[in-house]
Amino acid sequence: MAYLDLSALEKSYGANHVVKSFDLGIEQGEFVSLLGPSGCGKTTVLRMVAGFETPSAGAIRIGGQEVTHLRPNQRNIGMVFQAYALFPNLTVAQNVGFGLKIAGLPSREIALRVADMLELIGLPEMGSRYPFQLSGGQQQRVALARALAPRPRVLLLDEPLSALDAKIRVSLRAEIRDIQRKLGITTIFVTHDQEEALSMSDRVVVMNGGRAEQVGAPFEVYNQPKTRFVANFVGTLNALEAIVTDPGAGKVTIQGQPLRLPQAVQAQAGAVLTLALRPEAVHLHGDGDISLPARIAELQFMGSVIRVNAEHAMGVIKLDLFNKPDTPPPAVGEDIALRFWAKDLIALD
Amino acid sequence: MKRFWAWAAIGVAAVYFFLPLLGMLEFSLKMRRGEYSLDAYASVLGDPQFQASFGYSVIMAGLTIVFGVLIVVPTVFWVRLKLPRLRPVMEFVTLLPLVIPPIVIVFGYVRLFNTSSWLPLTGSALGTDFLLLCGYAVLSLPYMYRAVDTGLAAIDLRTLTEAAQSLGAGWITVLARVILPNVLVAVLSGAFLTFAIVIGEYVFAALLDRPAFGPYLVWAGGNKAYEPAALAVMTFALTWGCMALIQAVTRFSKHTRMPR
Repeated sequence: MAYLDLSALEKSYGANHVVKSFDLGIEQGEFVSLLGPSGCGKTTVLRMVAGFETPSAGAIRIGGQEVTHLRPNQRNIGMVFQAYALFPNLTVAQNVGFGLKIAGLPSREIALRVADMLELIGLPEMGSRYPFQLSGGQQQRVALARALAPRPRVLLLDEPLSALDAKIRVSLRAEIRDIQRKLGITTIFVTHDQEEALSMSDRVVVMNGGRAEQVGAPFEVYNQPKTRFVANFVGTLNALEAIVTDPGAGKVTIQGQPLRLPQAVQAQAGAVLTLALRPEAVHLHGDGDISLPARIAELQFMGSVIRVNAEHAMGVIKLDLFNKPDTPPPAVGEDIALRFWAKDLIALD
Repeated sequence: MKRFWAWAAIGVAAVYFFLPLLGMLEFSLKMRRGEYSLDAYASVLGDPQFQASFGYSVIMAGLTIVFGVLIVVPTVFWVRLKLPRLRPVMEFVTLLPLVIPPIVIVFGYVRLFNTSSWLPLTGSALGTDFLLLCGYAVLSLPYMYRAVDTGLAAIDLRTLTEAAQSLGAGWITVLARVILPNVLVAVLSGAFLTFAIVIGEYVFAALLDRPAFGPYLVWAGGNKAYEPAALAVMTFALTWGCMALIQAVTRFSKHTRMPR
């Protein structure tokens, strides 16, 4: 059994079934993200683990101990909230030491632990400040220190970066991951931001409609999405229609061009199959199994990457080009050939 | 031109409000013939009946504040956190003391808790004091409830509660160490208003026959000349002092400042 085991979790509010048959096992020290759109049930799962919601069915176990019906203050689980939730009447040091004081630790030990925690988050001089004297990023770091100070069995992060501006978000996510690795604490991170989930996690759980659609390493979830929803939600996707010619051999045609997919196709000959293709798998130069004529409709400069929207007989196909200062991008209206390999195509259910 | 009329309206209102007060203040200083003096104030402060009734009312006000805080803060906290649908009902119930005359409430008390009832509170001085305390708590409920409710609305109650719980705090710790300190300014506002109400209250104390400051004020008004004016000025000063304290507490509460 995994260190943190969520088994057959269900949660309903009247007729509204928000979490359905949710199973997840998380190993000790693992960093797992729950990723999904608003209303998919990810925060409800997190709140059930924290003890703020009681599951309608199922069980939650930590280190083999069932905690499903324990009160939140009996679980020894640290939590960081989107809105920081620092106690405004307490200084930074008092906030960080709050859980230790509740636990009845001697004041000398509390002072030492608080100093360690402030050192860990890089704010050793801020102990005497009040939350209103800190920036958003600093407040969230203090919230992290406060959650970690009592040495919880599990750390829960409920969209902790959502309220921060883009630059701080990127630096803080690296800091959070670094601290999590250093302490080896089992962590669940809830986010709707795929970039955050993919860049920070050991595993990502993509949720939709209260269910886990796919659980896997970021590389796997991004490159081998198991469902249409995962393919659509994680990253950008081009959808191409293909006609199945030999399902067993994985043979299809796209715009009359024959192609052999790396795996057999679960469809009958003559059926229309939707294939997904990531923008970075399409290129303008070099070889490919397929070459489709298209015209450039729009260019979006995104810094290191240039996103090209190319019009093709089947619709708009997006492709990403690296921004090379010595190679200017093609112009809008230019006729091009879109090339890609069959191995990069993902057959969607 | 518009500004002139605005200032004129303010001026008329100020004269209407302050002129009687100034007259009363002047009258209270005229006890000694032919010159201004503080004799009326000295007479009032030296009166043992004043000392006893004022002391009694101050103690009752303090107890009412504690009683009110202990009832109102946990109730409003729980309703806001767990039973938000009950808020309109709470609003209605807490407004009732403003629409039901105190004399009706006190007659209700006397009927319910007289010496031949199942709980004969009026049979002893201590019991009647407790009844008076309950009456004061009811009278101050609209103010205390609104002050606390506004205070709780200003903080992220749910998240702060959950944050404290995740750190191991039980309900009492959450209330005492997290919620109450963060609504202290609001609670103090309610407390000062309660103090002002209790100090000047007459109907409950008179009909329950308790030696409070309100009945003393009425008695002095009917039996003395200059002292009632001095008492009225002192009562006004006390009430305004309470309001100034509310302002001061709000201003000097450092953790309630806006975040950067």
